[in-house]
Amino acid sequence: MPGLVIERDVLIEAPAEVVWRTITEPDQMAQWFADRVELVVKPGAHGYMQFGDQGGPVVVEVVDPPTRFSFRWNYPPGEEPVTGNSMLVEFTLTPEGDERTRLRVVECGHELRDWPDAEKQRYADEHRGGWGEYLDRLAGVLAER
Amino acid sequence: MTAQADDELWSAISDPSRRRVLDLVVTNGEVSASWLAGRVPFTRQAVAKHLVVLEEAGLVSRRKLGREVLYQVQADRLDQASRAMAQLAAQWERRLAAIKRLAEAAHAENKEGHRHDR
Repeated sequence: MPGLVIERDVLIEAPAEVVWRTITEPDQMAQWFADRVELVVKPGAHGYMQFGDQGGPVVVEVVDPPTRFSFRWNYPPGEEPVTGNSMLVEFTLTPEGDERTRLRVVECGHELRDWPDAEKQRYADEHRGGWGEYLDRLAGVLAER
Repeated sequence: MTAQADDELWSAISDPSRRRVLDLVVTNGEVSASWLAGRVPFTRQAVAKHLVVLEEAGLVSRRKLGREVLYQVQADRLDQASRAMAQLAAQWERRLAAIKRLAEAAHAENKEGHRHDR
């Protein structure tokens, strides 16, 4: 889904190392994400996630403990995930004090990684809140018209 | 919505210039391409291209009125898109809430463990 951007964050009362284990260990992932997770957390590793009676492949991209973890999913079976045929999910962990961590997730169909930082910042500013706010605003205008 | 339709929709609104065109259509009701071109900092050709993409994504429709072609927003499609988006965002809200719960419980357990070790 190129063009789709979702961005959310949450403040967690735990150190980044603990949050890191929660988002990367397969048995932990099975508690917040898929029903069954087969994954080796290593860049380039192929894995599988099962949701109910459906499932799909996943490929790990960035593993930079305890600050960045990303993977690609939602791509056609049999194909290698690239920009345009898959979704990139990127987690960023930022310590806020000794025992607090801000966890941010961005899911998007764009390749942000290779962009210059200024471009990335411009893009992030423009998409703050994601499409939800944009669509909500349009729907609001429409309702008032 | 099918995956294909989703693709077209998100691609259609991923372009800032196109969102500007869609904004104007939503705000002003039925408008022509030349009316739109007078209100944006890009060419009439660019406006026409944006309208084609928006129409293919089902976000606007057009009708002929005399010699003019008028565009208007497809409210159902916009509403559908807005709901699909809210669903996806809600999924991540739930996942992040679950991660928070798990990590905070693990952290509390670690601290408890350390206390017993001493």
